[in-house]
Amino acid sequence: MTDRLPEGWELVVGLEVHCELATATKLFCGCPNAFGEEPNTNVCPVCLGLPGSLPVLNRRAVELAMRIGVALRCSIEPSVFHRKNYFYPDMPKDFQISQYDAPINRGGRLELPDGSVIGVERAHLEEDTGKTTHVGGTGRIGGADYALVDYNRSGVPLVEIVSAPDIRSSAQAHAYASELRAILVASGASDGRMEEGSMRVDANVSVRRTGEPFGTRCEIKNLNSLRSLVRAIEHEAARQVALVQAGGTVVQETRHWDEGEGRTLSMRSKEEANDYRYFPEPDLVPLAPDERWRSEVAASLPPLPAGRRAVLAGLFGGSPTQAQLDQIRSVVTSDLDRVVAGAVAKGAPAALALARTANEVAANAERAADLDLDGFSRLLLLEAGGELGATQAKAVLSELLERGGDPTAIAKSMGFESMDEGELREVVARVVAELPEEWDKFLAGDSKVQGALIGAVMRATSNSANGKAVTEELARMRSEARGAS
Amino acid sequence: MSDLALQIAADVRAGRRSAREVVEESLSLIATGDDIHAFLEVLADEALARADAIDRSVADGEDPGPLAGVPIALKDNLCTRGIPTTCSSRILAGWRPPYDATVVERLRDAGAVLVGKTNMDEFAMGSSTENSCSGPTLNPRDRGRVPGGSSGGSAASVAAGFVPLALGSDTGGSIRQPAALCGVVGVKPTYGLVSRYGLVAFASSLDQIGPLGASVADAALCLEVIAGHDARDTTSLEGPVPDMLAAVERPVRGLRVGLVTELVEGTSPEVAARVRESAEALAGAGCAVEEVSIPQFRYGLSAYYLIAPAEASSNLARFDGVRYGLRVDASDAEAMNVATRTAGFGPEVKRRIMLGTYALSAGYYDEYYAKAQRVRRWVANGFADAYAKFDALLGATTPTTAFALGEHSEDPLAMYRSDTCTVPANLSGDPAMSVPFGTDAGGLPVGVQVFAPALGEDVMFALAGALERSAPTKEPPR
Ligand SMILES: [Zn+2]
Repeated sequence: MTDRLPEGWELVVGLEVHCELATATKLFCGCPNAFGEEPNTNVCPVCLGLPGSLPVLNRRAVELAMRIGVALRCSIEPSVFHRKNYFYPDMPKDFQISQYDAPINRGGRLELPDGSVIGVERAHLEEDTGKTTHVGGTGRIGGADYALVDYNRSGVPLVEIVSAPDIRSSAQAHAYASELRAILVASGASDGRMEEGSMRVDANVSVRRTGEPFGTRCEIKNLNSLRSLVRAIEHEAARQVALVQAGGTVVQETRHWDEGEGRTLSMRSKEEANDYRYFPEPDLVPLAPDERWRSEVAASLPPLPAGRRAVLAGLFGGSPTQAQLDQIRSVVTSDLDRVVAGAVAKGAPAALALARTANEVAANAERAADLDLDGFSRLLLLEAGGELGATQAKAVLSELLERGGDPTAIAKSMGFESMDEGELREVVARVVAELPEEWDKFLAGDSKVQGALIGAVMRATSNSANGKAVTEELARMRSEARGAS
Repeated sequence: MSDLALQIAADVRAGRRSAREVVEESLSLIATGDDIHAFLEVLADEALARADAIDRSVADGEDPGPLAGVPIALKDNLCTRGIPTTCSSRILAGWRPPYDATVVERLRDAGAVLVGKTNMDEFAMGSSTENSCSGPTLNPRDRGRVPGGSSGGSAASVAAGFVPLALGSDTGGSIRQPAALCGVVGVKPTYGLVSRYGLVAFASSLDQIGPLGASVADAALCLEVIAGHDARDTTSLEGPVPDMLAAVERPVRGLRVGLVTELVEGTSPEVAARVRESAEALAGAGCAVEEVSIPQFRYGLSAYYLIAPAEASSNLARFDGVRYGLRVDASDAEAMNVATRTAGFGPEVKRRIMLGTYALSAGYYDEYYAKAQRVRRWVANGFADAYAKFDALLGATTPTTAFALGEHSEDPLAMYRSDTCTVPANLSGDPAMSVPFGTDAGGLPVGVQVFAPALGEDVMFALAGALERSAPTKEPPR
């Protein structure tokens, strides 16, 4: 399936992103906010909603929510907590403390790397629920023998970020979710791990004929990855267009994305939806961060991805190639831009530093934090100066990442010391003699065989030859041969 | 028991009397006298062990605190670690909280001895203690009558002389009304003066914990112990606690007291007569007493009966059979929830949950809940206007003296009306207390209510002390 709708149709998407805040403790109690512990070990009377318990707001969670607000250019406003009332066994109080008509962050915007801007309607604080596991029978909610509830997640702080319905393609939805994720991570507000559920995305999808008012939307839930998000939006848009074209009407409802089946299924219609009976939470006082607190939070906000990308792009004199822009984005997303900048500051060439970081360093991201930037930049200089070939440099880098050390010494211990000129000439001459057909083509000007010749030399020298020197020797031999004929 | 808490604590601290002796007396009075069903649970072993510990600390030269050795009863909606806390509801049968309410900790730290948990209207919803799953408490002054509610067990336990002090909770009058009907002192403090942590919530924005005592000074002593900021309740107030015990003896000369017309008219002739006499008594003590009309008081009750059920409908949602208390099994979680709540809640609780759910529903919220909140602010403004002219206000605590068991139980609205005089102070959050002041012709106690502005407990206790000293019949607590 493609991103394309039939001619004359337009996709309209708004995303609701829930992210767990990276606090040490839960939103309203002192229990640890931790993932993957034994069930029901991080609980207390408050997050179990025991009778008589009362919530106490976590100041750090408010700060992280405000950081998100600042990062998304929202206005931070006096806010009120509301109770959202509905029954569900994994919600211990049978209401969720959330924010309703007075959210802490309102009216922001998110600029995507391609320059398009998506509005952010609000980003409010709320508590997470526990987790239900259906056991036995079909294992599905309707056919299980019994259910187990883990309340470790109950009361974990969440910020729900609601975009305006400004998104017009599945690719743009992907770009929005990944940029938002990068902002959440960079700001220190959340670890943004979709696979662990610390970032969850719901999509409101509708279609319309171009120029007409918005169509009826469906909310798609259970999107566990960006890939699911893209697939689900495309599937749902196609479903809605087909439905309308066949004379039907879209019904406002919540739909469940079935990753295996690759389609959305109806969960509940608007008529079946809960009446949440929101009302102000009487156990909490209104939250009104003063100007001083707000500016402290704004001042403590770490640099955000867009700014960090601009810094790296600046290393290329403001005109990086598209491939480099992609590398810059991935380096910033992996939080490795300081590696590039550090190496460049020590004299390494920007393009090489970026390429090696985006590929080899990123591939070993867990070791990247310990990478010695001085050694890395000297390695890059060795490679740029032709003293090490690309393959050799990568091998040295791998060692540098794993165990550290001096790049020259590592190269030497790997036998990558440049062969002397005479030795290299001998090997190249022997290889050329063994490959007469390729040599003839090379002489005839077919540069495509050059790689094969170089590869053969590298094999013959167990990769210890300098690729650049081999290239030069081949060129020298060619001009010598041409001169002789 | 004949001694007041102040005397007991003074004797125990001085080593003149053992806590064990005091507690044994209290336990034996309960054992022989509690056919009025004030207690749901008597904690004899724990209480005696605690008394012995207090005696040991006195022997070691330590001071066990201002309530040393004082037996105290707790309303059964206050969480007690390891001790059943049922709110007189089937739905909490068997539940033992894993933690103590803040007030329980503070009482223990002050040397008080918890002797038992008292009967109440289920989840504090009622004005007669007839809505208890384990049956009503009888009024010790007249066993054919109700003790009031919802803290009826606590009021009766003090009135019967089982304990000198008890704690109750007051959402719309649940401390003051039974105090009046049983002839004891009952205090609803300023909202936020006492931490609600560990009080099973009925209506969070109205609930306050407070003391019931045989004397004004005892109530002040107890309130000083339990009052003060608690980090576990963000609605609890920071800053100093009013000096209450010292205020009880303070002269009241020159205080401006408003006698609230609405809390005299509409009460029974005998209640009205006692209230007017109490105003005269204060005038005799040198107060400038003047009648004042606060018309907002007439509308408090209808606002209260929307706001309190609305909050209750949400607070009581957690009793779903999943985690604790009663569970009635059914085919799935939702059916289990319905079956559990159907079997676990009594009719009055169900009525209020339905009222509150309706008041918060989409399309009705503005008409009911939001409008009730506006009325609430208007009532608070009525108080504020009056306090611009007066230091304190005076009126009846209840429209009538204790009514007969069963008299109102078929007519919820008649029952609700018995909260008319007490509800306004819950809506405004200001303190109010009931002080016994004489009786009706049948000898049933009448309570008069003293109101003060927020954190004006010192003024309130000074006036209550003056009323106590001038009350026409000083019937000793039984
Ligand atoms: Zn907790």
